[in-house]
Formats: sequence, structure tokens, C-alpha cells
Amino acid sequence: MKAELLRALSSGWTKVLVFCIALLPLAWLVWGATTQTLGANPAEALIRSTGDWTLRALCVVLAITPLRIVAGLPPLARLRRMVGLFVYFYAALHLAAYAWLDMGLDVGAITKDIGKRPFILVGFSAFLLLSALAATSFDRAIRTLGGQRWRSLHRLVYLVAALALLHFFWMRAGKNNFTEVAVYALVLAALLGWRAVRFIRKKASERTNSKREQL
Amino acid sequence: MLIKTHHRAFDHATPSEITDRATVENRRDLLKLLAAGAGGSVMASWAGREAFAQGTSTALKPGKLAALSARPSTLAGAVTMEKLTSYQDASSYNNFYEFGTDKSDPAVNAKTLKTNPWSIEIEGLVKKPGRLALEDLLKLSPMEERIYRLRCVEGWSMVIPWVGYSLSDLIKRVEPLGSAKYVEFVTLADPKTMPFVGSRVLDWPYVEGLRLDEALHPLTLLAFGMYGEILPNQNGAPVRLVVPWKYGFKSIKSIVKIRFTEKQPGTAWNKAAANEYGFYSNVNPGVDHPRWSQDTERRIGEDGLFTKKRKTLMFNGYEAQVGQLYAGMDLKKLY
Repeated sequence: MKAELLRALSSGWTKVLVFCIALLPLAWLVWGATTQTLGANPAEALIRSTGDWTLRALCVVLAITPLRIVAGLPPLARLRRMVGLFVYFYAALHLAAYAWLDMGLDVGAITKDIGKRPFILVGFSAFLLLSALAATSFDRAIRTLGGQRWRSLHRLVYLVAALALLHFFWMRAGKNNFTEVAVYALVLAALLGWRAVRFIRKKASERTNSKREQL
Repeated sequence: MLIKTHHRAFDHATPSEITDRATVENRRDLLKLLAAGAGGSVMASWAGREAFAQGTSTALKPGKLAALSARPSTLAGAVTMEKLTSYQDASSYNNFYEFGTDKSDPAVNAKTLKTNPWSIEIEGLVKKPGRLALEDLLKLSPMEERIYRLRCVEGWSMVIPWVGYSLSDLIKRVEPLGSAKYVEFVTLADPKTMPFVGSRVLDWPYVEGLRLDEALHPLTLLAFGMYGEILPNQNGAPVRLVVPWKYGFKSIKSIVKIRFTEKQPGTAWNKAAANEYGFYSNVNPGVDHPRWSQDTERRIGEDGLFTKKRKTLMFNGYEAQVGQLYAGMDLKKLY
């Protein structure tokens, strides 16, 4: 059973399948916009949905490593970069929807909005950080930076997750409507918590190992 | 954008004259043809939306609820000539937090609201306090149709044909005392029929308030219907307030109590977030909401997806009628 799963995950088709699945939200939104099934305010629906999908993709990409290690599925690592780029893709769509549908591509107004409103600034900062990660996601970038530096840089995704959550929290704060925010917060806390626990354990075992060596 | 608010009674078009039926139907046919012909492209779908929006006007009642007939209002500014928002949009995109915080929630959840029997309790500084039954309220003054712009604090707007009469007709009937300076309105808060009463979003019941002179302004409407029919539950049945120059949340829904007070009432959104929602909450493009600009708005169902949002007008375009109420006030401070 597990052997089959491992083989399936290693197949080239898995990547294609995940790629297609990751495009489904976009397909659904485009379909909704052309058939007017996005409700009375399609612009708002597009801006919010692309934001929602960015958060969801972020949860998925951060779940890959824990799932790979806990379930013992090494081939999952092959999907991480692509899913990460989809986080960036939906974040870019979210920014584009805001800039175009809400701000009419008025650069002056957008700049003013980013400077004036903390929740927009936080969202925009998260996007800039994601841009740095997307720009260094290629093999050559990894080689140029060197594995250690590349890994440190890409740990910024944890900061991105925190900023994205804060952006969403602030957006909902006006209506004291935190149910969805709490769901994302719990998921992200669990995924980051798992890493924290693992890090602490690793440090602890390193210490005991080095003590043993001394003995 | 063209806004004509005529000041003389005989200048008014009656609602059925706004777009005559044959023209509407011709246009609809043309647009349908366009929508069908260009198969699937975004442009065509927007043309289709247009055809749909044109289909609903006061001349063409939605046929969903009991009719509520009215004569066109002759009050200055009470009938805008702008295109009406479709009934479908106006009755499916609502903020009515007693029935959920998503704008599609009220249309689904408000079915449980029981609007019969209904009455409004008149309290406080009046000569004639007491309970007024809905049947009596409906007969208190002749029904008028008024076509108002509705500007939501969230940055979208609609154009809605309401049916009702000036709140001042009711206020004069109950004779406020000289000490009455404010009017407080209270929405029903029945956890049995309103599933989200008790959620942490607001302090229930929903409370709104006006200064007495604002409440007495003839444009302040006590509404019982829209689009020629009684109000759908999600739009605040059976009786609500419509204050067209203020953000939509001031136009309180499903009213059960009207209280005349000397002190400014504590209103629901002001209590929840005073820095975001002032007591006055007049539509004002010069005073931003902390999280977004109030300079522009999106007209629901009319502006295309990629159309730039339209400029928001001071007092939602009713400055000529209501500006004098605020003479000498610093509206940046008293937002």
C-alpha cells in the first residue's frame, strides 16, 4: 500500500495532477466572473477569494514537510517548490485584483493606500517577501546562494505566514469576525509548532550526543 | 455620472416613466442577442447582466411578495433618475448581522423572521407614548415611492425604489416634548428567529440614532416596501428607516422601538468601533474609514468589473437638501 503510494508520488504525473488541482480555484473564479455567479459584487468576491486561496496554499505548502517526515513520504519534497510558487501566484492575483478592481490601477492612489493603512502595508510586505522567495526558487539561485544561505532566506516564509495572518486579522477586526481567522491561525500555529518542537528536540539530542562523545 | 434631482414637483418623472417599458424590452432583446452571439466572452456576460438589471424596475414588479402601492414622491431630491439596482442584487447582497455576517447570509437565513404581528413601541420624551401596530402604521400617512441612492460604509452603492413616508409624519403624531433632542431606534433581537443575535460582533439589540432635526427632515423615510412590494425580510421587514445621506448602517432595519431622548444615544457600530463609525456617519468623501478610502464607490450591478469606481458625493449627493442641518459643524471631527 505504502509502496504504491510512494511510487505514485514519485511519478511525473503527480506533479501534473497537483499543478492542475492548484489551478482549479482560478478556473472556478474565471468561470464565476464570466457567468456572473460571484454574487452582486464580483470585484469584492474576486479580491477576497484570491486572498483566501493564498492563505490556503500557504497552509498546504507549510504542511508538506511535516507530512513528509511524519508519514514517511520523501517524494512529497518534489512538490514543495511548485506549491510554493502557487502561493506566490495567488498572492500576485490577489494584489492584482486589489490594484485593478479596487484601485483602478491608479499608482498614486495605491501608493497612498499602502502608506496610510497598516493592514494594506502588512499584506504588501508579505507580497514583497514572497517575491524574494519566488525569485530565488530556481536551481541556479540555490547554487549561487549556497544551500545554507538559501535555506535561511527561505525561512522567511514563516514571517510571510505571520504577516498574511495579521493582514487577514486586521481586515476582519472591524467586524469582530474572527472565526475564519482563528481557523487559519490554528492551522499555521500547528504547522510552525511542529517545526519548533522538532528543532528543540534536535538541539537537545545534539547536546546529549556531544556529551557522550566527551565521555 | 448624471444626477438629476429636480426641485420642482412637476419636473419629476413618475417611476414608470424613467425608462418606458418598450425601450427597456428592446434594449433587453438587443443585449440578450449580444450576450448570446458573442458566446462566453466576458463582455457578453456583462451585457447579459445589463439585460437582467434593466429587467427589474418599478414598472416591472419582481412579483415575489405582496404589492404595496404608492404614489411617486414629489419631495425635492426624493426621486433620483439614476438606473435602479436590480431587485435580485438589492435582495441578495445585504448586511443584516442578526442573520449572519456574510452578505449572502441574510437572504438565506432571514426566512425565519416573523413579521406578523408587529408593532413599534414609542417611548421617552413624547406626549403620546405607546404601542403602534403595523396595520396602523401602514395607514398613518399616504405611501410614497422614493428612489434613493444607498451608500454603504464599505464602499459600494445601490439605487433603490423604496415605499414609505417621511418619519416626520409619525414623529409629529406622537408629539415630542421640548426636551427631546435625539431619537433612538431599536431593532428586534429575538435569538429564536435571528440566529446570529448573541454573536460577539455587536452588542444586541442593534441600536441607531438621529438628532431630532435629522429625524424630522422630510427625506428621512420610514419604509415598508421596495420595488412596489413589501420589504423582503433580509431588507428589514416589515418596517425600517432609510436615511439616504448617511452610510447604510444608519438606516436601521426591522424596528421595534423608537425612543425620544435628551442625550445622544449609544449606537451599535459606534459602541463597537468608535474610531471607525461616528454617531453622524454622514456620507463624506473627505473623511476616510481607517481601513479604506471613502472617496469612491462601486455601484452594484452597474459598473463593470474593470470600470473605475465612481466618485462619492458629499452627503451622498443630498447636500442641497440636508447641508444646512450641519452648518457650522466640523464634519471631520463629528464624522
